[in-house]
Amino acid sequence: MSTFGYRLRFGLQLALTLATCAFLIAPVIMSIMAGVTGNYFTGIARSGMTLQWLEQVWHLYSQTVYLSLQIALACLAVTLVLGVPAAYVLARSRSRLTRLVEELLVLPIAVPGLATGLALILTYGDVRAFRTSWLFILVGHVLYTLPFMLRSVLAVMSSIDLRTLEEGAASLGASFRQRFFGVIVPNVRSGILAGALMVVTLSIGEFNITWMLYTPLTKTLPVGLAETYASMRLEVGSAYTIVFFIMIIPLLVAMQMMSRERRRIVRVVEDGNGNPASR
Amino acid sequence: MKREVGRLALLLAPAAIVFCAFWLLPMARIAVLGAEGPHGLAAYSAIITDARYFNALVSTVTLSVVVTVATVIISGIAGLFLARNHFPGRALLTAMLTLPLAFPGVVVGFMVIMLGGRQGLIANLAHQLFDVRAVFAYSIAGLFAGYLYFSIPRVILTMIAAMEKLDPALEEAARSLGAGPWRVLIDVVIPALKPAVISSSAICFATSMGAFGTAFTLATRINVLSLVIYTDFTYGADFVMAAAMSIVLGAITWLVLALARTLAGSTVAAAGG
Repeated sequence: MSTFGYRLRFGLQLALTLATCAFLIAPVIMSIMAGVTGNYFTGIARSGMTLQWLEQVWHLYSQTVYLSLQIALACLAVTLVLGVPAAYVLARSRSRLTRLVEELLVLPIAVPGLATGLALILTYGDVRAFRTSWLFILVGHVLYTLPFMLRSVLAVMSSIDLRTLEEGAASLGASFRQRFFGVIVPNVRSGILAGALMVVTLSIGEFNITWMLYTPLTKTLPVGLAETYASMRLEVGSAYTIVFFIMIIPLLVAMQMMSRERRRIVRVVEDGNGNPASR
Repeated sequence: MKREVGRLALLLAPAAIVFCAFWLLPMARIAVLGAEGPHGLAAYSAIITDARYFNALVSTVTLSVVVTVATVIISGIAGLFLARNHFPGRALLTAMLTLPLAFPGVVVGFMVIMLGGRQGLIANLAHQLFDVRAVFAYSIAGLFAGYLYFSIPRVILTMIAAMEKLDPALEEAARSLGAGPWRVLIDVVIPALKPAVISSSAICFATSMGAFGTAFTLATRINVLSLVIYTDFTYGADFVMAAAMSIVLGAITWLVLALARTLAGSTVAAAGG
């Protein structure tokens, strides 16, 4: 019974896994197809392939692509400047106070983006110059992505012996600035890179906060997507989604490759010391 | 020593200032605003006393619970399968299952429209095979499918990671002592996965409670809490109630995550939806 039972269980689990995969991937493929189909209702066989929808989307919405990239890169810069030093402090000093600070800094991802957006607009909505500028959206994105940068860098920092590294460098006469940029940053670059990928990916796709903050002149890509889905034909929404996939899928693949690499490293470290290195 | 403390404070200051100015202060502001309406603090109890908010709360909680249970079961089985079996195509399958990880809620909503909308896959298949009209995207089923769509990739990742940490020798030992596959699952695997199940359930539930983009795109008539808040704010211009309900919703999701963390150790935070 055991081989039959095993095969049956294997088959059922495989079937469920494949069905789940189809549920997730089929609509992705369909929207890519629909975006290049002349008329989705009559089908690609009869109406043929076309790039007209992509051209139309680019004509109408290329600004949103540029703005989203601009915000994502600015967001990355800001989260690096704010997040890496903050992670260093949290890794160096594990007091009750720093734990509380860590708790607070990750709050923006524990409450819904809608609430954060609402709070920002009700507090700063009257400051016209700020409200109408892209910086208003940037602030929302920074709040939302900073915890990911912080966590990612902190995870790596806690897995290495920061203090010994620093003392070694200090005994050789290195100043704090030299130690920070010459010793600490290079040692945690895997965490910084993983955090950076996450920040850029999340910023490009952020909708819940942005939808409360945008103005007609500061529309990001997901805002444009929501508009298109609500008011334009399916082919246009699909073509726009293709543009979004082109931006986001390379980032997601890079993230998956990094996490696989990292898991491998963690396993090596765990095997080496006999205790888990990651927290 | 004193110099070092000063340095640490200086390094933390930029993040702390941005956080206080743009998150803590605005949140405190809407928390106060929520109590400044004609009914004062009673605005906060409207979540229970006002039928509209209470119904929204009940439907949001119900939906989130059902989605969480379904997600954990599906992702648990698939994650277990992927962690335990090595076969060609496994890496690709894992990659595809986690691909939608960072899709924003609006895109997830559109994916559901591709499946269950008027020109969707299911509608087409049902029409061709059985000549029936099967449009579910804009009903509670569509909302359920959308929430499942953004939850599964996250939970699968946690499950695979937890399974890989589980020592196969434990299962082997149980089996050699005569335990059947179900006994091994119930007595060995599930207890070992408990922390992962608790934390991913909490993340899944909290994300579903706060999800907005998916429900917004599907424009369902089912009033989930985030849509009610958005409608109050945008069309009703009822800032007080929108503020109060945002705080209540935020408190619920934060509490669930905090509770799970005390029960299970670390939790990775929620995102998007």
